[in-house]
Amino acid sequence: MTAIATPASAMPADIEPGLGTRISWAVSDTLTITRRNLLVWIRVPAYIVFTVVQPVMFVLLFRYVFGGAIPVQVQGGYVNFLMPGIIGQTAAFATFGTAIALAQELKKGVIDRLRSMPMARSAVLAGRLVADTSRMLITILIIVGVGYAVGFRFSNGVGGAIAMVVLATVFGIAICCVAAWTGLAIGDEESVQAFGMIWLFPLTFVSSAFVPIQSMPGWLQAFAKNQPVTNVIDAMRSLALGHGLPLETNLLKSIAWLGGIFIVFLPLAVRAYRRAS
Amino acid sequence: MAHNSGGPAILVEGLTKSFGNVHALRGIDLAVPRGTVLGVLGPNGAGKTTAVRILTTLLEPDGGRALVEGYDVVKQAAAVRRSIGLAGQSAAIQEELTGRENLEIIGRLYHLKWPEARTRASELLEQFGLSDAADRAAKTYSGGMQRRLDLAASLVGRPRVLFLDEPTTGLDPRSRLGMWEIIRSLVASGTTLLLTTQYLDEADELADEIVVIDHGKVIAAGTSEDLKGKVGGDVIEFTVPDRTLITNALAATARIGEGEPHADPETGVVSAPVGGRGSDALVDAVRALDAAGIQTRGLALRRPSLDDVFLALTGHAAEEEEPAGRRRGRKKKDSSPMDSERTAS
Repeated sequence: MTAIATPASAMPADIEPGLGTRISWAVSDTLTITRRNLLVWIRVPAYIVFTVVQPVMFVLLFRYVFGGAIPVQVQGGYVNFLMPGIIGQTAAFATFGTAIALAQELKKGVIDRLRSMPMARSAVLAGRLVADTSRMLITILIIVGVGYAVGFRFSNGVGGAIAMVVLATVFGIAICCVAAWTGLAIGDEESVQAFGMIWLFPLTFVSSAFVPIQSMPGWLQAFAKNQPVTNVIDAMRSLALGHGLPLETNLLKSIAWLGGIFIVFLPLAVRAYRRAS
Repeated sequence: MAHNSGGPAILVEGLTKSFGNVHALRGIDLAVPRGTVLGVLGPNGAGKTTAVRILTTLLEPDGGRALVEGYDVVKQAAAVRRSIGLAGQSAAIQEELTGRENLEIIGRLYHLKWPEARTRASELLEQFGLSDAADRAAKTYSGGMQRRLDLAASLVGRPRVLFLDEPTTGLDPRSRLGMWEIIRSLVASGTTLLLTTQYLDEADELADEIVVIDHGKVIAAGTSEDLKGKVGGDVIEFTVPDRTLITNALAATARIGEGEPHADPETGVVSAPVGGRGSDALVDAVRALDAAGIQTRGLALRRPSLDDVFLALTGHAAEEEEPAGRRRGRKKKDSSPMDSERTAS
């Protein structure tokens, strides 16, 4: 066998790159990681099934099976009530993928390798967030399409529709930060998945996503009314449907919640990445 | 070129690291001259992985210092990362992607331009015998192929110092030999290599110098010949087919050798260091075992292996299975560093 590694290094080790170079590397490294993550996603049919087919089944299930039994006071009926809820839930559930992927990469030593390389240290998390956000956005658009096929209609103009999708995406990114932290801190695929169920299921189902909160027992309403998923989904519903649904309070509460989540969990995720072992 | 072209490629002084009250490293010193191979030998939980993680900037030490190519692993971590390659205990590759994609992505993350990243990937695939499988998903690769791809990934940036943490753990014997072949050719091209292993034959085969680590401390260092010299000569070895007679066999051979004979209760292999007495000791052993009425298989005199060295240095064998107090006096202390190493991998 011929010489495999020529000792001449690809780059001189003791010349520190300037700020401009470092910024352009941070961008290109993030894009490389994003590209890698999206490639992995489209290569594995199971991931596509989990991220796209599952929410479509939820739409059909609630629209045609449970929906008839859930009375709502929303113009256009239950399907209009349902769709913002399903979209919010889809954004939240998409973050399972974030947590699981990071836990897997940690376990397999991929993160160790990347951290031992002269690449931008921010790129692994940033690339993960960018890829997962793109994936989430694609899924949301598919769900909106399916919603239209089963009778859902935006009734607050194009601006409202876009604002709703944006809010759903920002909400998804916030949950992504929580998921990234759990994935890196727990570091085991199965445990991460189980833990995700424990906090995401109650948060999304004990909310205004699928049923009006007034239909719940009083003690549960207290939780459901004041938790972020309800605030975000109520705001999304107002943006999507208009018709005098209260927008301002819900939007402010959503922004407060999402800001708080970012402030707490983004640093936690970054710290878990730095200390990842 | 590195700024300390005269000094050693790796220099470690008094390195310590604890996880809670578990002392993974208790003051390690190492010096690896350029272009040489250091084998770091020790059982699970000895602190090998912790040392590698510190040297590759993944973990900060509590005390002492470590230089790689003259750069401090804490203060000049970025320069260290530009000088090193790391292949850990498992294949750190993206299994859903092809071998080629894996290497191209690593190349891009080393800031090679696309055409360069492609060329480098093709070169490495060719050199590691993966060209035919280059465009298949890595999850279809055999264990040996995945480890080769992982090693190839660690070389994309043409590192001057390479760290291989147990590169053949879990490989079948044939893949192991293939891996050794590749590692030898790397070294022939001038790369400095630090290799950790639990396998004594591996260190014997590949390393110029060996350090033996146990409980976070270097307990011996030198060439494989130096270490074998510590056992002080030849070893008589035989197998006792009837495991119930092992104790008798130990008693019978206790007086012929220069040190305590050792028996592996599972395989029934008994070995006794006999110093310079060579064939006289062999004759004595045959007589003693015969007198005790113990049947043996494959009784022979051999040069000491690193197994014997490890036994002589630590009082326990290197590849003994770890937990549940099978080892004398190391139950409590040892279980935790092992755990920390496992989570660290």
